[in-house]
Amino acid sequence: MPETARAAILGRLHAAAGPVSALPALGKAPPDAPASKGWTAEERRTRLRKAMEAVKTEFLEATEEGWPRAVRDFLVAQGARRVAYGPATKAGRALAAAFPPGTPPELVPYDRPVEELKGALFSDIDAGFTAVRSAIAETGSLVLWPSPEEPRLLSLVPPLHIALLRSADIKETFTSTIREEGWARGMPANALLISGPSKTADIEQTLAYGVHGPKRLVVVLV
Amino acid sequence: MSPDGPTPSAPDFHAASSKALLDAPLRANFRRAMDGLMAKRAAQFPDPADWNALRARAASIRARTLAKLPELLETLEKKCISNGLEVHWATTTGEANAIVLKILRDHGATRLVKGKSMVSEEMHLNDFLAENGVESLETDLGEYIIQLDHETPSHIIMPAIHKNKQQIARLFGQKIRDAVYTEDVDALTATARRVLRQKFFEAEAGLSGVNFAVAETGTLCLVENEGNGRMSTHVPKVHIAVMGLEKVVERLEDVPPLLTVLTRSATGQPISTYFNMITAPRGPGEKDGPREVHLVILDNGRSRIFSDPELQVTLRCIRCGACMNHCPVYTRIGGHAYEAIYPGPIGMILTPQTEGLKRRHELPHASSLCHACAEICPVEIPITRLLVRLRKEGAQPPTGSKVLDAGGGRSRLEELAWAGWQAAHTSPLLYRAMGTALRFFGPLAPRGLPPLSAWTKARTVPKRARKTLHELVREKGIPDA
Repeated sequence: MPETARAAILGRLHAAAGPVSALPALGKAPPDAPASKGWTAEERRTRLRKAMEAVKTEFLEATEEGWPRAVRDFLVAQGARRVAYGPATKAGRALAAAFPPGTPPELVPYDRPVEELKGALFSDIDAGFTAVRSAIAETGSLVLWPSPEEPRLLSLVPPLHIALLRSADIKETFTSTIREEGWARGMPANALLISGPSKTADIEQTLAYGVHGPKRLVVVLV
Repeated sequence: MSPDGPTPSAPDFHAASSKALLDAPLRANFRRAMDGLMAKRAAQFPDPADWNALRARAASIRARTLAKLPELLETLEKKCISNGLEVHWATTTGEANAIVLKILRDHGATRLVKGKSMVSEEMHLNDFLAENGVESLETDLGEYIIQLDHETPSHIIMPAIHKNKQQIARLFGQKIRDAVYTEDVDALTATARRVLRQKFFEAEAGLSGVNFAVAETGTLCLVENEGNGRMSTHVPKVHIAVMGLEKVVERLEDVPPLLTVLTRSATGQPISTYFNMITAPRGPGEKDGPREVHLVILDNGRSRIFSDPELQVTLRCIRCGACMNHCPVYTRIGGHAYEAIYPGPIGMILTPQTEGLKRRHELPHASSLCHACAEICPVEIPITRLLVRLRKEGAQPPTGSKVLDAGGGRSRLEELAWAGWQAAHTSPLLYRAMGTALRFFGPLAPRGLPPLSAWTKARTVPKRARKTLHELVREKGIPDA
């Protein structure tokens, strides 16, 4: 059945495409994608913050040396007990160095298949920590490419997501990000734009945060 | 039920819309929601020049896609297979249902979590799977609400918008164990979160729709705010994506211009909370993600629409729902009165083409042709022109037409009336005789009875002038030509 369905569908489309492609040109030529916005680094930073804060994202400003400590202080203040992270990344190693063993909060390495960690992840983890690849100033979005070292569910299942972003990685637009980073040459298994904590407006258009994904998104901006 | 789903008797739009108009709570719920959506969308496009440029780009991308549709689908299939996905093709919704069921059976899956997918609504997938022993659970909050109440979506973006929070609070109180009655939206949301997190945890398979499928890279893109789409596609060991065959785009760079007009038109957001781009199943060394990803490409009448050069533009649609939000008919009667998967203006052009004009010839008439839908459409679908075309296709003899059940709305009485009209207007003698007859006998016509009552029950009967225009002109001393 599948093969015949494929042949039937493509056969009909190919048969129809003849007269269609013979139609006169499709009106307006495709306008060029907009040129660079010309935003300075400071403008990109401001725009990103403004767009993300409008949808309840929280920001922690930190320095290159100080961010692991800032993350730890924040988590302590929130009363977090267990924090999942990817131990094999550069950011993961830096983070671990700021968490003395034996004192809460405890760092839980996401270093084995989800099947072995699922129970804890769904019920017993207070926060997930990831770095981000880049960010998009125009829409206020973090760009994540989950990897074996930093799995997909770190930024989804725990109720609090802490994301490490370096100001230098803030790009102008989604289009410029795709171009500058050459996405079309090779996409990862999963790429994500995250533009705030999980939300819904399905009941009377009333905005409610934290429906299925993280209830809070905290960006650590370096 | 067969995989093809139920075949209910032909819907009666006049009856359903008349009933909806008298439903005060329903009208209040829609009025509030549609005003909100229109205002939010307008705030996203403050500059008309900017809007025109954005929609011209989006429209040209969709037009280019359709010009190469079969080739792009072949490229997409090739890329997806080389990325490790399995690709399935379905001519009918019945075939698509059978494909989904077979994948689930192969994995012994009895619990499926679903992200929002209008194609799965076309398939009546939930009912089909339930009858085959699979729990198919909607996890988008709006879809979850209506599934609890055994309803269908009344809006393609906001499926439960016909309900107010009191109705939802009562529903949760009745249907969810341990749920206490509350009208607090945050508390209602928290209840759904608690129930559905357990379901995400347990499900063996997840299903989603597709907003854009990129041929260049074989990437499936999903737009959502809640995170349930990511839960459904990342957590279970199998992910099944279902898409209408028109969802393909050529290049990755085509995605941002379409995404921006989609979220801004749909909900007035600069971007959705999550934009989830899936290119491959769990890779070597990856700790999570599905072991298998299946893509089901559904036709269900789309290739027929594609074969008509004028109607083909229907397939540009990116399902933003803006045409509904701005339609003076939809905003008053809501989505259910259309008795179709896709209500509102896009539904009025799509449904008659997929279900046929014999069943749905009334739908293209459910419009005042005010052009609000065509003006607001971010991909420039000339909806009103297509409505007029489909009205003609319904009423005229089906000579060489490619539209399903063309001529299916023909009426003997209507054809006789127009034949008489034509005869009168091509013969001066007959015209004068008709004018005289109408002056004397017209007032005697029974206004309270069909067909005249269709006009007079909502409108004042026009008063006839004592003299015709011809007579007045003659009195001025101007002779007949």
